[in-house]
Amino acid sequence: MDTWRVCLAVFRKDLIAEWRTKEVITTIFLFGFPVSVAFSFAFESPLAGGEARTFAGGLLWLAFFFAAILGLTRSFARETANQCLQGLRLIPADRGGIYLGKLLSNLLFMMVAELVLVPIFGVFFDVTLWARPGWFLLILVLGTWGVATLGTLLSAVSANTRMQELMLPLLLLPLTVPVLIAAIECTAVLLNNRPMAEARHWLQLLTGFDIIFTLLCWLLFDYVIQE
Amino acid sequence: MRGRLLSDSFHHRLSLALLGVAVLALPAAWYYVFLVAPTERTMGTIQRIFYIHLPSAFLAFLCFFVVFLASFGYLLTRRLAWDRVGVSAAEVGTVFCSAVLITGPIWAKPVWGIWWTWDARLTTTLILFLIYVAYLMLRMYVTESDRRARLSAVVGIIGFVDVIIVYKATDWWRGQHPERVIGGGGLDPRMWLGVVWAFFGLLVFAALLFLQRYRLESMRAELTELARRARV
Repeated sequence: MDTWRVCLAVFRKDLIAEWRTKEVITTIFLFGFPVSVAFSFAFESPLAGGEARTFAGGLLWLAFFFAAILGLTRSFARETANQCLQGLRLIPADRGGIYLGKLLSNLLFMMVAELVLVPIFGVFFDVTLWARPGWFLLILVLGTWGVATLGTLLSAVSANTRMQELMLPLLLLPLTVPVLIAAIECTAVLLNNRPMAEARHWLQLLTGFDIIFTLLCWLLFDYVIQE
Repeated sequence: MRGRLLSDSFHHRLSLALLGVAVLALPAAWYYVFLVAPTERTMGTIQRIFYIHLPSAFLAFLCFFVVFLASFGYLLTRRLAWDRVGVSAAEVGTVFCSAVLITGPIWAKPVWGIWWTWDARLTTTLILFLIYVAYLMLRMYVTESDRRARLSAVVGIIGFVDVIIVYKATDWWRGQHPERVIGGGGLDPRMWLGVVWAFFGLLVFAALLFLQRYRLESMRAELTELARRARV
């Protein structure tokens, strides 16, 4: 019960902070957008055969990943100002709730930015990502959740180090390789109009990853923010 | 000194013993591997790199498993000795992991015709390497020893759990590595003996490296402590 109350309180606090500053969502979006444009120079070049469409799923997820890392860094970096983290530590309840609240808010911010990026991406690369909206949304949620689970925990880890912004990508990229592979494969199945049954084991892998790491990070979070 | 697992004299004797065994075992292993073990029929002599490659891979995984256990040990007991075990094993493991990643392509170029392929085992080993390099990087950027131990223990646990999933994911994604040899029965018994010899020699060598690294970490901690007290 306590955990839920803490979780919802932290989630609400993050929503209010985000509503006032709009820094996380704009950061994710304003980075993801030019990155998508930059990808087109590499893959739409006439010398490369202009076959960016074939890679569109992979490019989309890479853009999301890079952008999400920037947003996730803010998640705990903003708590270091004015000793906010100290305040969070003083909550006389389960600290796992803080993790879950942060996870929810990060998930929401990333999803919002991604949903704005998707149509832009679709226009640039001439792909229809929303032909099967239910499946697409499922893949988007599972993939984003996977990045958010480890991303939220590691954001707290890197906020505790001397080179905050650099530590997160170093830790997060190798650890989220399974999410990246699975999300790209699922999106490729979707984009090539193949039956979704082909992506079934990838969806299972994503779900498994999300559940395992949500639990593990929730259990370990206390150790990360202890003084 | 508090928090030290081995006394100075015991450390000294153990190091000497390990050094003695390593000095005997490693040359013996290389002698056996290069001169006694038969040359592989299709791959030729390049196959002999396998006697370094496979044991190094085993040792790297063993070391990373030790990091995993030491991470749990630290979080449960809060004894910094566990943290020293963790960092020492991570460094030794990274060295052997590099050996795997370097010897692999040298073998693959003449045999497969390419240096690298995104096969499950290759990709997993590379990701493993990146994870533990990040683990070691993280340690460089946290000054206080307790916080450093806590944060790196968390990464040590997550990293190990993650590797299992990375392997599963890359296995579904691609597969090209030669089949597992353990229990396969396809290997000449003399080749097996070569693997065992090389593994034994490298294991002793790894233990020696680990012991020295552990000792260095303890001395560093003592020095920091003494410097702190001198300032107060």
